[in-house]
Amino acid sequence: MTNANPHRPIRGGAKAPAALPKRGGVGLKPEHFRHILDAQPDIGFFEVHAENYMVAGGPFHHYLERIRADHALSIHGVGLSIGGEDPLDELHLDRLAALLARYQPESFSEHLAWSSHGGAFFNDLLPAPYHAGTLARVCAHIDRVQERLGRRMLLENPATYVEFEASTMTETDFIAEVVRRTGCGLLLDVNNAYVSCTNHHRDARAYLRALPLAAVGEIHLAGHAREVDAAGAPLLIDSHGAPVAEAVWALYDFALSLVGPQPTLIERDNDLPAFAVLAAVARQAEIVMARHAKLEVAA
Amino acid sequence: MSAAFADALLRPDAPCPAGLKTWNGSDPAQRFAVYRNNVIVSLVDALADSYPVVQALVGEDFFRAMAAEFARGNPPRSPVLAWYGAGFADFVADFPPAAGLPYLADVARLEWLRVEAWHAADADPVPLAEVGACLADEAALPALRLTLHPALRLLRSAHPVVSLWAAHQAEDVSAALGAVDFADAEAALVVREGLDVAILHIEAGAAEFVDKLLRGAALGEAAQASGPFDLPAALGLLLRSGAVVAMTPSRRAP
Repeated sequence: MTNANPHRPIRGGAKAPAALPKRGGVGLKPEHFRHILDAQPDIGFFEVHAENYMVAGGPFHHYLERIRADHALSIHGVGLSIGGEDPLDELHLDRLAALLARYQPESFSEHLAWSSHGGAFFNDLLPAPYHAGTLARVCAHIDRVQERLGRRMLLENPATYVEFEASTMTETDFIAEVVRRTGCGLLLDVNNAYVSCTNHHRDARAYLRALPLAAVGEIHLAGHAREVDAAGAPLLIDSHGAPVAEAVWALYDFALSLVGPQPTLIERDNDLPAFAVLAAVARQAEIVMARHAKLEVAA
Repeated sequence: MSAAFADALLRPDAPCPAGLKTWNGSDPAQRFAVYRNNVIVSLVDALADSYPVVQALVGEDFFRAMAAEFARGNPPRSPVLAWYGAGFADFVADFPPAAGLPYLADVARLEWLRVEAWHAADADPVPLAEVGACLADEAALPALRLTLHPALRLLRSAHPVVSLWAAHQAEDVSAALGAVDFADAEAALVVREGLDVAILHIEAGAAEFVDKLLRGAALGEAAQASGPFDLPAALGLLLRSGAVVAMTPSRRAP
C-alpha cells in the first residue's frame, strides 16, 4: 500500500489486454444494439456498465458478444462502492471477474464514490469525506479489486453536490495519493470536474492541473443539468441527459493541452438521441484530439 | 458518516445529515436533496422499466408514488438492478390504494417472469430431427422426459393476466382493454422466442401439464395428472416456441 510506483505490475492474473484507442467512444445502449450490428459504425470503442451484463444470458449478451467482436470495449462499473464503509462485496467482485474474463475489455473503471451501505444498494454515486480513514479504505478496496481482477483499474473523479466538514484533504490531493499508493489509473471525467468545481466554487483548470494527470487512461464527456442551491448559486447536476455543454468542451480542450489525446467517451444515459447523434459527438472529440496531436508533434 | 447519510436518503422526512458544508454557507439540505432525489428516481425508473403494463394500468403518477414507497421500504440488496423488484408484486397485492384492482398484483407477477425470462441462460432447442425420432416411437412417448428452456416460466392466475398484458401491446390499447373479460382466469406461458420474450395464453390443464414437466415428471405421468387439455396442441406449442431443449427416453427394461 505504500508502493510509490504507479506502474508496478498488478499481481494475480494474465497480462492486461491492449489499451483503448485514443479515439472517441460511445456508451452502448440496448436501444442501439441492432443499429450498431447492422450499420457497423466506425467508433473508437464502446463502453458498457458492468452491472447491466451480470445476467445469465438473453439479448444483452447476444448483442454485446457480437459488437465486442468488432470493437474495442471498456467495462465501467457502477456498483463496487469503492468509497464505502462496508467491506467490498466479494460476490460482486466474482461477478465482475467473470464478466471481464468473458469479454476481455481493454479497460475497466470504477468510481471514487460509495453506493452501498449496510447491505442496501442506493444506485447512486455518493460522496465521502476526504481524510486519512477514507484514504486507507479506498486504497485497500482498490488493492483488492486489482488483485482479484488481475489488472489495473481506472478510478473516476466524482461529481459532488456537498462537501464534508470532516475532510482534511482536497479532492485532487486525495486522488493523487490513491493513484500513488495503489498504482491505479485515472478516468478523468471532465464533466464531473466542471460540475464539482462549479458546485464548490473552485477553478476547474487549477483542479485539472492538480490531478495526477500522468495516470489518465480515459476521459469522459457528458451533459449536466443546471439548478440553483438555497442561496441561488448555480448547482450543476451530473444528469447524463443532455448534450455536452460548451464550457465542458472548452475544459476538455484544456485537458488535452495537458495530457494529449486520450480515449474519450461520450456518456449519455437519459433522453437518448439516435445513435448517429452520439457518433457525431464522438467524432467532434476526435477533431479536438487531432488538433492536440498536431500540437504535440509541433512541440 | 455513511449510516446517517444512507438513512436520510431513504426517509423523506429525515433531517439532512450533519457534517455537510457548502462553499457559500447555503443550506446543505437543498444540495443533499439532489442525492435523495437521484436515489428514488433511479429506483422508480428501474421498476418502471420492469413493470410497464402495471404502470399503464394505474397511470404514471399512481405508479411512481407506489414504486417510491416500495423503494424506500425495499432498497436493492445487490448492484445488479436487473433483479431489482422481485418482491414488487407482493407489495402491490398489499398496497391499500390498489385494493380496487385485484388483478394488478398478478400482472406484476407476469411482468416479473418476463424479466426473468429475458435474462435467463441461453439454450438451444432440440433439433427437429431428434424431435421427429422421439415422437415416432409411440410406445416410448409416455416415459419421455422433456427438459424445458431455462427461460420458460408459468403463471396461473385467477385474473385475465395474458389478455391484460396483450391489450397493452395492441395498437389501440383502450379498444383491446374493452374486450377483456375481467371475470376470466388465465394461465400464461412465458417463453424466449429468439431474442424476444413471448407471453402465450394456455389452457388451465396445459399449465398443470407444463408445471408437472418442470417438476421432472415424464410425459405420460404429467398428462395424466393434469386436468383436461389438448396434449398435441400443448406439445406443439412448446416445441414451436423452442421451449424444449432436451428429450430423454426413460430407461426401459430390455
